[in-house]
Amino acid sequence: MYNQTEIIKDTTELGPEGELVVNMGPQHPATHGVLHLVVTLNGETIKKIEPHLGYIHRSIEKMCESLTYRQFIYVTSRMDYLSSHINNTACALLVEKGMQIEVPERAQYVRTILNELTRIASHELWIGAMAMDLGAFTPFFYAFREREMITDIMEDTCGARLTMNYIVPGGLMYDIHPDFQNKVKAFIKQFKEKVTEYEDLVTNNVIFQSRTKGVGILSAEDAISFGCTGPVARASGVSCDIRKIAPYDVYAKVEFDEVIETAGDSFARYMVRIKEMNQSIRIIEQLIDTIPEGDFVGKTKNVLKLPKGEFYQRVETARGDFGVYIVSEGGTTPYRIKFRSPGFSNLSALSHMAEGSKIGDLMATMGTLDLVIPDIDR
Amino acid sequence: MFSLEGITTATQDWLLIKFNPTIALAIECVIVILLSISLFALLGLVLVLMERKVAARIQIRLGPNRVGPGGIFQTAADTLKLVMKEGLTPDTADKFLFNLAPFVVMMVAMLLLAPIAFAKNFQIWDINIGVLYISAISSLSVIGILMAGWASNNKYSLLGAMRSGAQIVSYELSAGFAVLTIVVLTGSLQISEIVAAQENGWWLFKGHIPVIIAFVLYIIAVTAETNRAPFDLAEAESELTAGFHTEYSGMKFALFFLAEYINIFIVCAIGATLFLGGWMPFHMGNWESFNHIMDYIPSSIWFMGKTFFLIFLIMWFRWTFPRLRVDQLLNLEWKYLLPISLFNLLLVTIIAIMGWHF
Repeated sequence: MYNQTEIIKDTTELGPEGELVVNMGPQHPATHGVLHLVVTLNGETIKKIEPHLGYIHRSIEKMCESLTYRQFIYVTSRMDYLSSHINNTACALLVEKGMQIEVPERAQYVRTILNELTRIASHELWIGAMAMDLGAFTPFFYAFREREMITDIMEDTCGARLTMNYIVPGGLMYDIHPDFQNKVKAFIKQFKEKVTEYEDLVTNNVIFQSRTKGVGILSAEDAISFGCTGPVARASGVSCDIRKIAPYDVYAKVEFDEVIETAGDSFARYMVRIKEMNQSIRIIEQLIDTIPEGDFVGKTKNVLKLPKGEFYQRVETARGDFGVYIVSEGGTTPYRIKFRSPGFSNLSALSHMAEGSKIGDLMATMGTLDLVIPDIDR
Repeated sequence: MFSLEGITTATQDWLLIKFNPTIALAIECVIVILLSISLFALLGLVLVLMERKVAARIQIRLGPNRVGPGGIFQTAADTLKLVMKEGLTPDTADKFLFNLAPFVVMMVAMLLLAPIAFAKNFQIWDINIGVLYISAISSLSVIGILMAGWASNNKYSLLGAMRSGAQIVSYELSAGFAVLTIVVLTGSLQISEIVAAQENGWWLFKGHIPVIIAFVLYIIAVTAETNRAPFDLAEAESELTAGFHTEYSGMKFALFFLAEYINIFIVCAIGATLFLGGWMPFHMGNWESFNHIMDYIPSSIWFMGKTFFLIFLIMWFRWTFPRLRVDQLLNLEWKYLLPISLFNLLLVTIIAIMGWHF
């Protein structure tokens, strides 16, 4: 273990060959939270990156061990707060699988629609934040214009804009807002009109392309060996969409393409997310008019007890493969719980991708990894 | 008409009657100093507000609208806040250089104000090597930035200052060559003569395509020279937090901030003087009545209008483009802009020698 003086000494002195050791974070505009990167520089060139974690560790996994199967879902909203809805779904799915609870069709449809809306909202925020990392401030506001409509829909549906807490084991906490379908359709209409503005402002911009093309290349082999998932791996040509591999809710019924690019650079990761938003719109369009009538929550016992054994459920969040692993002793609380967060594995590839490039490239690489620090630290 | 020339001449005549020439000169100096300081303060307030309003328009939002009508007192309130803040000097900084740097940057901006012709016969110092003076003095601002970066004893500041040094030194060449094209066409370095040469048409229209190329090069180069996006690598906030002024706070930070805007004003004023005819009104060939109407607009308004148009252009860049990387920045200058401007200068020289321009 380090003590305080050792840390200061270790991170402020010059490296062995006169290299500059710079602490990026925990307070830094580009690390989007409290990520701490110890970057060894030779002039402008990066020689080594060492991510330090733990600044926002809340011991969520330990906390979950003393919460019941109804309660622990809501803690997961605070992990990857940009896809809180999807995290909640994963936990609910696991409990449902473990206890063989029937989920009504209506609930499954609504869950899928909200999951996809969450994914779009997350990608919208990511476009803004990444463009800001590259020095363009304006796309942020354009992206937030559409994201605002989604958060409004969420607010109507479940009263919250960021940490939804709308899913319960067996279905939904309450029925959807009567205006839900109209609002979602209005959003789809606006999104389709306005998404071209991002193309004009960001995608086709010469400076943006020169900043991202060929920067932070991750080969398919490396993506697999680092355990990268989600858009990061798909941009390297690895097929890893959980919605296709192990469909949950109604993903098996809808038509959509798994977006795969092969370049593996920052621009490919950007394109994957842009195209994924369009696929999400496609999924929502197929479901929004056919939400079946009926119950919104299945019949469950008042006290949920998972049978003795081990359970695992994976879902596709906006950042990749999110897994929940529970060891149950048959009681009302989990014996041990472990979350597999996509951000942690994606971050582990950062050093490999950015070494030897310039500081500016680090921002492009880190931006397109789409890191959410509370998800990495838990 | 509303001529500033009348006011200056009347003031000088009155002073010469009342006092002996030496004291009159001294009083004139004091007046000029006070005027330029107040111009600085005013420009700072106006340009910061303008930037925020332009940014807001581009970013589909309203911008400052709470302090005063339309938010016009927002920058005044911000300045008040900055004045009241503690001017912190880091413990490990080189305290003398650290405190000197903002003033060096500010002083350079002030010196550059001298040869600018704000209106017809309204100029502080019509030096006969005006353009050379401007090129020489504007290179000094990099010293202030390097000083700030080094004295802060902060790694981000140092990186920012080094980037800024490389950048300003390279882009000065392009800016210099762009300015030289006009000098070649006019045959004079004096600002007043350059303006006078544009009486029958601005150089941008008279000088064929090479001058238009020079104008574009000038705008790109001065955007880089003033450390504005997409060339704001010296303070690239997502990379280096705030670059060379990371450690500055309070009024010392405000001086850097102000100097940036004053520098933008100055480079745009010079651009307007060289390419867009300075205070010369817009004339269309033989349209006598049109030309007379244009003459009725005071020369100071012409000058300010052109300058603020160029400032708007530079602000527009900032809120549209992402930032370049440091090697791309230098590639752009040394591989593209510099050869183009050299070749362009050659073309302009041929045009000037053959007398092909209008």
